[in-house]
Amino acid sequence: MGKKSVSDFEVTDNIRLNATNFLIKLKAPGSLPVVKPGQFVNIDIKNSTEIFLRRPFSIFEVDYNRNTLSIIVKVLGRGSKKLTEIVPGEKLSIVFPLGRHFSYPDKNDRILAVGGGSGLAPMLFLAKESGLPADNVDIIVGARSAADHVEISAYNKYGKIHLTTEDGSLGTKGFVTDHPLLRNELKNYDKVYACGPEGMMKAVAGKAKKAGVFCEVSLENLMACGFGVCLCCIEPTVKGNSCVCTEGPVFNINDLKWQI
Amino acid sequence: MLASGTCGFAEEINDFYDVSQLGGIFLKGTTPRNRDGNLYPRMAETPSGMLNAVGLQNKGIDYFIENIYPRIKDYGTSLIVNVNGSTIEEYVEVTEKVNELDNIHAIELNISCPNVKEGGMAFGVTCPGAEAVTREVRKAYDKTLIVKLSPNVTDVSEIARAVEGQGADGVSLVNTFLGMAIDSETRKPLLSTVTGGLSGPAIKPIALRMVWQVSKAVKIPVIGIGGIMNAADAIEFMLAGASAVQVGTALFKNPHIPLRIIEGVDDYLQRHNIQSVSELVGRLQM
Repeated sequence: MGKKSVSDFEVTDNIRLNATNFLIKLKAPGSLPVVKPGQFVNIDIKNSTEIFLRRPFSIFEVDYNRNTLSIIVKVLGRGSKKLTEIVPGEKLSIVFPLGRHFSYPDKNDRILAVGGGSGLAPMLFLAKESGLPADNVDIIVGARSAADHVEISAYNKYGKIHLTTEDGSLGTKGFVTDHPLLRNELKNYDKVYACGPEGMMKAVAGKAKKAGVFCEVSLENLMACGFGVCLCCIEPTVKGNSCVCTEGPVFNINDLKWQI
Repeated sequence: MLASGTCGFAEEINDFYDVSQLGGIFLKGTTPRNRDGNLYPRMAETPSGMLNAVGLQNKGIDYFIENIYPRIKDYGTSLIVNVNGSTIEEYVEVTEKVNELDNIHAIELNISCPNVKEGGMAFGVTCPGAEAVTREVRKAYDKTLIVKLSPNVTDVSEIARAVEGQGADGVSLVNTFLGMAIDSETRKPLLSTVTGGLSGPAIKPIALRMVWQVSKAVKIPVIGIGGIMNAADAIEFMLAGASAVQVGTALFKNPHIPLRIIEGVDDYLQRHNIQSVSELVGRLQM
């Protein structure tokens, strides 16, 4: 048995969270290996000549007792749209576990996790897995408006949740980087993590760099294989062109060639 | 066997299963020195396939010999180095170094990469170019020399005959078809290089036709490549004249597909009461 596998998972739930986001829960055929925040699965969305390649999704939640894992799917294109039409009982071929996970915080660290769009999935997973008291964890989640946010109050026990909306309809008005925690208080944190649209991650990374705080981001470059053979999802890094699927998707911002 | 550029340096597939179950692995294209490849984006999904414009990203032959070869040399399957260069001298430089490796028994001379500015396909689209590089590499290599052909030519049989005439032991075809994709909304190309190589089931009928033509034109063995996804596809290529097949883009969809093909071919042989796949080669019923 290799370190990675291809298995048919059964869809147990497909829950619409809001207009564009769905929570899909999948049951493994056997015991799940340990999976960590930032790692992803690559899903074969069947029965379509238009959707030839698999689609990668960050792991959101894992239940080792029930051998289930869940993902948040935001409808962005033909692949994600088709996937959200799946019904419980159907099976999906999953390649997993893929990618490198976020660095775990040290004991007593204070951390800030910033999620935008479906990028909130690994951020909440990280908050839960951090092992830190909720007082040491701040989570900022950004969206366009109140309707684009999903219900995540269950995660209050893992950290303080702060919402932002571009239109001010919920939480702090503006982008995540307009939130006071990111504007003024970054130096209070030992580690900053971000996952979401590239522009958002670059903005967070720029602030973290300026404040001299450790920062990791999770990239989502287009990929074909997901396990390091096609060399399509490359990102320029200090080590040359790195595969986002195997050398990432999580990168320390100091290793990236971002102009920030 | 697994096609070059779709299975890394075998370790990535060995992460899924023991690769000794496979017939052989054609390793990622290797050049004399490090190449960063083309800029992102390098990939676009297309109906029943994809375009790539990787551009031979690799760390160079010396890195391979020092760092990768020791880790993979005892994998228990045939490992074939895919040899590339910008000039004939560069092809020979890589070949001479591979010639010294005890556990590599064959090279695949890649004169068909559509994604590099110099070398690559430039040698594979004319008979004099293909002959010149094959002749020099042949002199430098004692073991099995396979030449990987480009489909981006008027008559692939002519090229196949040309490399056979210079001592090639076999030909593999096809490499990818030059193609492009555009986003109609942004009016921009989807690849940084504008054009790239098309692969996947979309190209299978054309690849099959070319394998059929080449197998009639040459006496050396032909390896069929092009959109093979299952055992029936593999058998079709053998009926068309291929002595063996390579599976490529299918690996991106599922790295286990080659194992399923091996099982499926065995099943086919049993159902048709055939002893060996060699009895299928070129046995197209007309």
